[in-house]
Amino acid sequence: MSDVIEPKIYGLLAEYDRPDPLIEAIKKVRAEGYTKIDGYSPYAVAGIADALGFIKTEMATIMLCGGLVGSTSAFLMQWWTNAIDYPINIGGRASLDVFEFLKSWPSFIPITFEGGILTCALSGVFGLIAICGLPRPHHPLFNANIFSRCSRDRFFLSVEATDPKFDLEATKALLATLSPMSVTEVPA
Amino acid sequence: MATGVLAHDGHHSSAPPHVEPLPVAIGGQHSMGSVCDAIGDIATCVKPHPKNWYIVFGIGFTLAAGFLVAVTYLLTYGTGVWGINVPTAWGFAIINFVWWIGIGHAGTLISAILLLLHQRWRTSINRFAEAMTIFAVMCAGVFPLLHMGRPWLAYWLFPFPNNFAMYPQFRSPLAWDVFAVTTYGTVSVIFWYVGLIPDFGVLRDSAPTKIQRWAYGMLSLGWRGSAYHWRRYEKVYLILAGISTPLVFSVHSIVSFDFAVSIVPLWHATIFPPFFVIGAIFSGFAMVLFLALPLRKWYGLEDFITDWHIDNCAKVMLGTGMLVSYGYFCEVWMAWYSHSLYEADTTWQRLFGPYGWSYWTLIFCNFIAPQVLWYRPWRLNPYILFVVCVIVLIGMWFERYVIVITLTREYMPSMWGRYAPTVWDWLLYIGTFGIFFTFFMLFVRYVPMISITEMRELLPKSAGGQDGHSIAEGPP
Repeated sequence: MSDVIEPKIYGLLAEYDRPDPLIEAIKKVRAEGYTKIDGYSPYAVAGIADALGFIKTEMATIMLCGGLVGSTSAFLMQWWTNAIDYPINIGGRASLDVFEFLKSWPSFIPITFEGGILTCALSGVFGLIAICGLPRPHHPLFNANIFSRCSRDRFFLSVEATDPKFDLEATKALLATLSPMSVTEVPA
Repeated sequence: MATGVLAHDGHHSSAPPHVEPLPVAIGGQHSMGSVCDAIGDIATCVKPHPKNWYIVFGIGFTLAAGFLVAVTYLLTYGTGVWGINVPTAWGFAIINFVWWIGIGHAGTLISAILLLLHQRWRTSINRFAEAMTIFAVMCAGVFPLLHMGRPWLAYWLFPFPNNFAMYPQFRSPLAWDVFAVTTYGTVSVIFWYVGLIPDFGVLRDSAPTKIQRWAYGMLSLGWRGSAYHWRRYEKVYLILAGISTPLVFSVHSIVSFDFAVSIVPLWHATIFPPFFVIGAIFSGFAMVLFLALPLRKWYGLEDFITDWHIDNCAKVMLGTGMLVSYGYFCEVWMAWYSHSLYEADTTWQRLFGPYGWSYWTLIFCNFIAPQVLWYRPWRLNPYILFVVCVIVLIGMWFERYVIVITLTREYMPSMWGRYAPTVWDWLLYIGTFGIFFTFFMLFVRYVPMISITEMRELLPKSAGGQDGHSIAEGPP
C-alpha cells in the first residue's frame, strides 16, 4: 500500500513551434514504448492525434445513442399523451389501438425529429466535457509557465511521470534528441 | 491587394491579373500569435473600442428601454393595445417573429452547412453570425410569448403532468413550433459555445487583467489543447454541424406550416416550406453583411473578413433573392393555373387591393434592388452593398406583412377587414432592435468575434498553419 509514491513532478514538456516536428517526435517517443504521452496544439491538427494512435473517437456513438433516445421518447410521449392519457380525436384518428393511432403518424414526426436533434446535441456537448475530464481549471500543466504559450503559438509534447518507462534523466535525454526548442519539468 | 495566403481551388493570389484575384481567406502577413492579438485584443479591451461602439451601444440600450416600456404597457392593459383584431388576429407578432427567426437562420447556415461543404470562407464570419442567430432567436421568441396575453403561463405549451389532465395537441403546427424553436435556440447556443471553448482558453492566457483571466479561464472549462480533446472536439463540432443543417430547414418549414396547414387562400400551398427557408437565408445574409461591413471597418479586420467573404455573401444574397422572386412568380402563376376563384381573387386583392402598395414594395426590395449585385464593383462597394442589405431586410419584413395581411381579404366579403398596427406594435418591434444591438455590442466587446483557433488553420504551413485544410477534410 504505502509503497505508492506520489511523483514530485507531473512530467516533461518538449516545446515546438511547428506541428510537423511535434508529430515526428510523438512517433519516436511512442516507438520507444512510452504510453502516457500527449500532444498539445493551439488549434486542431489532425496529424497529432493520428500520431498518438487516437484515430476514432467515441463521440459519434454517444451522439447517435443520445439522438435515438430523444426521438424515441418524443414519439412515445406524444402517443401516450394524445392517445392514451387524454385521447384527442381529430378526423377520427385517435384510439387506444396503436394501429388506429398510427394512421396519423406523420403529424408526430416533427416533434420526434426535434427531440432527437436536441438530445443528440446535448449528449454531444456534455459527453465531450465529461470524456475530456473538463471542467478542470487547475491542471498540473498550467504549473509550467511556458505552457501558457500553447494557446498562442507553441506545440508541446508531454510525457507523464506515471508512465512505466518514465525516468527523469533518461526521458529528458530522449526528448533532447528530438530537436525541441526547450524541455521543461512540470511540477505536480 | 493583400498578400494572398490561401487560394480556394489552387488559384494563388500570385496568379496573373486576368485570373480571379478574389479568393483570399486571410490577408496580411499573419502568424499564429498575431491572429491571437488582432482578434483577442478586441475582446480583452487591450485595443480601445472605437467611438462608434459607444454610439451603437447607446442607441441599442435606449431602444431596449423602449422595449421595456412597450412590454410594461402591454402587460398592464393587455393585447388590446395592439392593432390586432379579427380577421388579422396575429398581426405584427407573427410578422416580426418570422422575420427575426429567418434572420437567425443565416448564422446556422454559415456555421453548419458551409462547414459541411468545406467552404473555408465561412471561418471568419461564422462566430458573429452564430451570435446574431442567438440574439435574433431571442427577439423572435418574445413575440409569440407576448401574443399569448399571459406569458407567465407559457409553460402550458409544454407537456407536463398537470391537474387539468390536459396536454398539447401534437397534431398542430403551433405545438411543433414550440419544440422547433426551443430546440433551435438550445442547439444554436450549444454550437456557439462549443466553438468558443478553445478561444476562451486563448484569452485566458493572453488577457491582461486577473479578473479577465479568471473569467475566461472558467468559461474555457480549463481547455488545454490536448490532441485527444481536439479530436473529440472536432468530431462533436462536425456532427453538430451535420444535425444543425436539417434542423434549420425543419425549423423554418415548421414556421411555414403555421400558415400552410390552414386553408386560407394563398397560404395553403406546398411551396411554402422551401419558399420560407430560402427567404430566411436571404434576409439572414443581408443581416450578416449589415453587421460585417461596419464591424470590419471599425475594428480594422480587413485581413480576416476579406473582399472574398463580402463577395461570396453578396452572391448568396443575389442567388437566394432570385429564388424568393421565383416563389412570388409561382404564387401568382398557381393562382391563375389552379382555376380557383378564391386564389385568383385573393391574388388580385394582394396586387391591387388596399394593401397593394406593400406587395409592390416587396417586389422592389426583394427582386429589383438586389439586381445591382450582378456587377462585382458594386458588390464590393461597401456603401452600395450596405444600402442593398437594408432594402432587403425591409423587403423581407414586407414579405411576411403581405402574407399576414392576406387575412383581410379571404373567402367571404363579410369577413373582410383592415389591419393597422398601433404605436405599441411599433415600439415593441423597434424595441427588439434595441435588445438585439445591446446584446450584439456586448458580444463584440467581450467575446472574440472571429474564431482565433480556426483562423490559424487558414495560415500557410510556413506560419505554422495548415494551408486552410481543416480537420474535416483530413484522415478519418
